Amino acid sequence: MHPLKAWSSFVWRRGWAATGALLALPGAWFAGLYLAAIGAMFVTSFWSVDPLSGTLIPGFSLGNFQALLSDPIYTKIALRTVGIAASVTVTDILLAWPVAYAMVRLAGPRLRAVLMAAVMVPLWSSYLARVYAWRLILAHNGVLNWALIEIGLPRLHIGYSNWAMWIVFSYLWLPFMILPIAASVERIAPSLLEASSDLGETGLRTFRRVVLPLALPGMVAGAIFTFSLTLGDYVTPMLVGGEGSDFIGNVVYSNVGVTNNIPFAAAYAVLPLGVMAGFLLIARRLGAFDAL
Amino acid sequence: MKADLKRDVARLLLGVSMSLPMVQTAAAVQPLQAIGKGEGVLNVVAWEGYAQDDWVKPFEAATGCMVNAKYAGSSDEMVALMRSGGGGQYDVVSASGDATLRLIYGHNVQPINIALIPAWKNFIPQLQSPDFNTVKGVHYGVSYEWGPNTLLYSTKVFPTAPTSWSVIYNPKYKGQITVPDNPIQIADAALYLSKADPSLGITDPYELNQTQMNAVVALLKTQSGLIKKYWALASDEIQLFTSGDAVVGAAWPYQTNTLQAAKVAVADTIPAEGATGWADTWMISAKAKHPNCAYEWINWVTTPKVQAEQAIYFGETPANTLACKEMDAEQPGACAQYHANAPASYFDSIKFWKTPLADCGNGKDDCLDYSAWQREWQNIKG
Repeated sequence: MHPLKAWSSFVWRRGWAATGALLALPGAWFAGLYLAAIGAMFVTSFWSVDPLSGTLIPGFSLGNFQALLSDPIYTKIALRTVGIAASVTVTDILLAWPVAYAMVRLAGPRLRAVLMAAVMVPLWSSYLARVYAWRLILAHNGVLNWALIEIGLPRLHIGYSNWAMWIVFSYLWLPFMILPIAASVERIAPSLLEASSDLGETGLRTFRRVVLPLALPGMVAGAIFTFSLTLGDYVTPMLVGGEGSDFIGNVVYSNVGVTNNIPFAAAYAVLPLGVMAGFLLIARRLGAFDAL
Repeated sequence: MKADLKRDVARLLLGVSMSLPMVQTAAAVQPLQAIGKGEGVLNVVAWEGYAQDDWVKPFEAATGCMVNAKYAGSSDEMVALMRSGGGGQYDVVSASGDATLRLIYGHNVQPINIALIPAWKNFIPQLQSPDFNTVKGVHYGVSYEWGPNTLLYSTKVFPTAPTSWSVIYNPKYKGQITVPDNPIQIADAALYLSKADPSLGITDPYELNQTQMNAVVALLKTQSGLIKKYWALASDEIQLFTSGDAVVGAAWPYQTNTLQAAKVAVADTIPAEGATGWADTWMISAKAKHPNCAYEWINWVTTPKVQAEQAIYFGETPANTLACKEMDAEQPGACAQYHANAPASYFDSIKFWKTPLADCGNGKDDCLDYSAWQREWQNIKG
């Protein structure tokens, strides 16, 4: 029998073999690059560094985790990171709803295309350029303060602060919230809304009891983006943050690129991994993965 | 008794780990015997302003070594870059005195055959074989330029120059102060406290015991509430002063020169307490892939002409005494302005950056080492 024919009859008889062969390459990529990197990070977090020569000392030591837990500054930085990530997520949900709803329910096809383009266009420009733009807007003599003075209001001192980070993050990740919410609102059958008003519900109650629960998976899907993107960022804190603005990512960055203490950085990087794992578990419960 | 034993063992281990690397380094890499044909490429780690086209382009034309420059914002970053990827990614580094010993003891740099550097004999005596780049008679680098860390201020806010570093700890300027994001900044506060509070007994700002460190950290934590931003790159500080977000801060003369060239109303000064400063050294990686280009580069930048260009561009002082004439030729009065003809006492008045070690240098070993400084710094900036 021709070998190719033998192979084809083999996979025809055993369906799993075909699936396995199809998945082998992406599977190897996933395991080799993605999981191996996380595994290496996890293992390194138990190593240490020779202070004088800077060489890595393999082994098993909980020293890095002890240092992280015993010094309150690392708890403070972790809470700041998670706190700002959470407030950015809430802000984006509030900002995204009216835009998303108007886009799919109120706008005609032409306006809808324009709105969609307006939401997407910033994603095509450089992330760094947009952060630098905000740095100029919020600076002491920036556009914001110029406008405030023109209309007779006092200057705002929010450049280089946690407020600036909150504003910039909320701006940067807003499209990632608008798109999944719009998608999930679009999926709600109009007949459900008509049924609700036939049964005498007001618009607000229809929104609260019909639209909101049905769009929840989209909201949670958007929250996964905004939360995890903020949680892992270190460039925005570096550029628009002030004193007391370090994120987990900044401590990781300075321990890798500046202090050369890679094991300590690895240990601290395990933390957001844990936070995201918990967040994703809750998100799955809320059905977010059905909306992706 | 038990504690004593533990300390003795620790001291012994430290002694071994300090002496071992030097034996290995000496055996591992032999210095170049003669400069051969260039390899066509040179990968440089440098401070901002140290690889300007003014002297890089002529160097490339003369030697055929194409320069790839990577700027670092702190000594820590330079050490990390020279160690990254197992070393060998970069050929030369313009290391300051607080990085040089870490690179030497970490086997990251190779011994230099000083006979191949003709300009060396014209260096000021203090920079020919300083203890931060020459260990037991072996040169691990060639001195470059030096200067003080200055107090940069807006002349709109300060019509006359402040006379004390106390302005950067003064609540009056809350939210308008900027200092480098760098653990070595602790030494600036220690230098200020050594004058402002003599009862602490600080004699060397790089040798602090726990009590002294606690006082310095307390001062810096109060300061952190007044800081607009801890700057990581010189260009960050330049933008802070340009936009008016900062009106006073710790800086290098480079920022002053750049800001004044852009017509921003600033000036700098060295307050009465004195200043910390840097003395930089070009060092060659132990695993340099382009050693001939590296030697060519060091010879190029130690010529009087490049020494003068660098000094005027950055606002610092050249190691080569012959640079004075070139400086005046390029910009009349520059030699005196940048202290190239200053007496030895000026050099001695600057507290040059060095790596803090547990050994206080006065027979005691209760000083905090650099890793403790790094931990304290993270705590200070929050």
